Amino acid sequence: MPKGDFSLVYTFHFYLFGLIAIVSALLFVTRKSPVAAVLWLVTTMFCLAALYVLLDAQFIGAIQVIVYAGAIMVVFLFVIMLLNLGHPSELADARGAGWKLAAGAVGIALLAEVFTLTRAKIPDRLSLPPGSGAQDIVREGAIAPIARPLFTEYLLAFELTSVLLLAAIVGAVVLGRRRQDAS
Amino acid sequence: MLAESLFFSAVLFVIGVVGVLTRRNAIIVFMCVELMLNAVNLAFVAFAQVYGVAGQVFVFFVMTVAAAEAAVGLAIIIALFRHNQTVNLQQINLLKG
Amino acid sequence: MLLQNVQSSASQALAGTATQWLWVVPLLPLAGFVINGVLALIAPTHFGPADPALAHADDATHATHEAHDGAHGADVGAGAEHDHADVAARHRFAGITSFVGPAVLILSFLLSAVIFWQYKSVAGDSHEPFIQTYFMWIPAGDLQVSASLMLDQLSLVMLLVVTGVGALIHIFSVGYMREDPGYPRYFAYLNLFVFFMLVLVLGANYPVMFVGWEGVGLCSYLLIGFWFSDKANADAGKKAFIVNRIGDFGFLVAMFMLFANFGTLDFDGLQAAMNGVTAGGALVTTICLFLFLGCTGKSAQIPLYVWLPDAMAGPTPVSALIHAATMVTAGVYLIARSHFLFALAPVASLTVVVIGALTAIFAATIGLKQWDIKKVLAYSTVSQLGYMFVGVGAGAYGAGIFHLVTHSFFKALLFLGSGSVIYAMHRAYHATHSHDDAQDMRNMGGLRRFTPVTFGLMWIATLAIAGIPPFAGFFSKDEILAAVFARARESALADARWLGIPGNFVLYACYVLGLAAALLTAIYMTRMMLYTFHGPNRTGEKEREHLREAPWVMTGPLVVLGILSAIGGWLNLPEFLPIGPVGTLEHWLDPVVGTSALRLTKGVAPEIAPSLEYALVGAAVAIAVIGMWIAWSRLKPEVLVPKAQAKPEEGFERVLEHKYYVDELYDDTIVRPTYSVSRNLLWRGIDVGLIDGLMVNGSAWFARGVGWIGSALQSGQVGTYAWVLVLGVLAVVSAVTLR
Repeated sequence: MPKGDFSLVYTFHFYLFGLIAIVSALLFVTRKSPVAAVLWLVTTMFCLAALYVLLDAQFIGAIQVIVYAGAIMVVFLFVIMLLNLGHPSELADARGAGWKLAAGAVGIALLAEVFTLTRAKIPDRLSLPPGSGAQDIVREGAIAPIARPLFTEYLLAFELTSVLLLAAIVGAVVLGRRRQDAS
Repeated sequence: MLAESLFFSAVLFVIGVVGVLTRRNAIIVFMCVELMLNAVNLAFVAFAQVYGVAGQVFVFFVMTVAAAEAAVGLAIIIALFRHNQTVNLQQINLLKG
Repeated sequence: MLLQNVQSSASQALAGTATQWLWVVPLLPLAGFVINGVLALIAPTHFGPADPALAHADDATHATHEAHDGAHGADVGAGAEHDHADVAARHRFAGITSFVGPAVLILSFLLSAVIFWQYKSVAGDSHEPFIQTYFMWIPAGDLQVSASLMLDQLSLVMLLVVTGVGALIHIFSVGYMREDPGYPRYFAYLNLFVFFMLVLVLGANYPVMFVGWEGVGLCSYLLIGFWFSDKANADAGKKAFIVNRIGDFGFLVAMFMLFANFGTLDFDGLQAAMNGVTAGGALVTTICLFLFLGCTGKSAQIPLYVWLPDAMAGPTPVSALIHAATMVTAGVYLIARSHFLFALAPVASLTVVVIGALTAIFAATIGLKQWDIKKVLAYSTVSQLGYMFVGVGAGAYGAGIFHLVTHSFFKALLFLGSGSVIYAMHRAYHATHSHDDAQDMRNMGGLRRFTPVTFGLMWIATLAIAGIPPFAGFFSKDEILAAVFARARESALADARWLGIPGNFVLYACYVLGLAAALLTAIYMTRMMLYTFHGPNRTGEKEREHLREAPWVMTGPLVVLGILSAIGGWLNLPEFLPIGPVGTLEHWLDPVVGTSALRLTKGVAPEIAPSLEYALVGAAVAIAVIGMWIAWSRLKPEVLVPKAQAKPEEGFERVLEHKYYVDELYDDTIVRPTYSVSRNLLWRGIDVGLIDGLMVNGSAWFARGVGWIGSALQSGQVGTYAWVLVLGVLAVVSAVTLR
């Protein structure tokens, strides 16, 4: 976003939102009550939206809030309420301590390996000059850089996704239907 | 900010994995999967800043698919709940054997 | 092309004679085996005493007892009444067997005699053997072993002994074993034995000889354990076979070494190869020592003699044929046949002499205190075999073979005579339903009144074995002792060193041991005669009425053997007693073993001055007479009590009676540790634990484990599948990371 180097404010906000995202995620994973978990996940998503904005993806950030936090999480909450699963007392549902430890070990191993892998050097000729994303937005606005490839290069994927949504709608309706006792 | 973003992305992803492995409530597990998808989105957006806007287009698609998947998945969970009266994954084992 | 004669000067001269039919000689007993074997298989067979109640359950002496020596009626079915004993219910095919069994042997002997006469007249002093090849047995690259039989002067002597004495013993067996339920089986085994023995003595190379070697061991096992339903007899058979096997290992190793170093295993090929070998080399010595190991097993020398006394569990004619006249002499024959090897290894030859002498005296001491008549004869056999080995070890191959021949006469006579005695005793005990031991001398006594023919003939044999002139044993035993003495004074053996001791000293010592053994021989043989035939009869009042002489089918062969024991000395009269042709046998064998004998005596025939010779002979005769007198005067048969009432021995006599506890020693040091290793290490450890447990059960367990893992993975729970998924991802990422 800033021209050239990253100012302190920018960096500070970046780390802040990142940290809150991680803490929210941890809290989300460890809540006993599903409702509390949903809300913490929403918090995580908000932080992620902020991160997207900081990363020159304002449109994506907006979409994140609208679609993810605003629609998907609401659906989750809706289903929890529908099935009356909100009471924490029924749900001592994490596995035993041994399993948690094992899961933690696996997680740490995965993390370590991902870090090792990301040490790879990024070739300079493949990367854009810094700040080019911001220049695009200044020129064309925030949505046009995404929309143009969407309707030209990735048109096929776009159309398939719409078919996918159709299938999802039909499937959700069929699956959610209450069974008729006759027949 | 690529490295830091990737770091956050990785951590969030691993938290999601741990959640999938540990929790028994189906809905919570589902939400952990959503968390993983979000972490991947963050990685894509971070790469988009360096490699061009295709990353953001991909995020677009991921979100779409995630929405569709959430809808169908929750429908399945509702159907499961109607059948077993519980969403405890350990008690849902019709595929056993 | 079956049947080829190896071309040699001998074979050309012998073409057209009966020697072409050499192969018929072993084939006749084989045919007898087949016929008798078929008869034994198609008729109901019995494997032991028909009436178990008659088994000698009270006998504490282990593995020595022949439970029923053929004197019982064969009552088929259990719980027989003893009254049937006089009505002999024989085997169904007893008649055929009685004809076929001895007939093949008699025919074989007649053919051998014809072959002998023709060979003698045509090629009697030929230096080349007559070899008949039948087919190529082992064509394996460098190893070319043909199935061949060889005829030379040495094998002719053995041929006549085996078929002649064998025929007599077969005739004797007709009378002895006729009431036995396993009669055809007995003759089948006996014929098979003669077949193998003939293969042994006629073989033209070491492998063919080894076939015969093993075969006689097999037949020995079958015949010792003939009444195998009594475990003791089966154990004796096993012991004989296993101990023999140890010796066979030595024979095999020697064959391997021979082939590896000389490339051939034929006798004439090896003899030619020996021309390039220096005397006294380590290789030849080792080969000879391994061959001798085989001899100690087959011919019951120290340390592998332990099976021979136990082998008395078999029928008495078996003991006569196998363990007196033929099988046990195979070792002596082997050394004589391998003369070209032993002549090049003075140390090995000295070893043979030493062990032969030690065995001679060792066995003689044990024989002093044995009470079972067959045991006395068994130890006597071991002792006399020692003499034979002294002879061939000292390079006096002719003398050794001479003693082999005379020994077969008088030892067979002794065994068959004891068989006649036991036959009478068994008849007596059977008639009175007594369970006493029919073989123990303490139960005998004064039998000369009841079995006079046997008595007289046994005395002839005793005088022969003791070495009293003019009987056969005197000449042969004296020949050996004189040979040892002469070589002690001057020979290649005397020059050699045996374990650091000078050879002449060793030979003199062996000579003294030989004399001592002769003394003991005279003592224990006289003792045997004294206790059995002289003095009061201890068999019992009622039994005495039933004691009588055996039928003529049994005493006939005894008479023939008696005549042979009496005049057998004529075969090889010594120089200082020129009452007839001198040294017939030695001259006969000279073309075969002469060069080797001379090699050991450094090229000169050993000479002893006639005066010294007379002195030595006189000393030997005097010792024999003194031995007999000691026994006659010191041993009082009147003080003996029947075995049932006898007190156990004490002190050194107990040691002698228990054979110096050698069997117990072997048991503790060798048998039990082998057992323990087999049971604990090999069976429990490796077989049950490793193979059964780890490999067989372990693979099953492993398969089940894998299946268990598989089924655990198929839990039907999403959580499990998620775990598997994540672990898989971790594996793939690790693979990429760690690359």
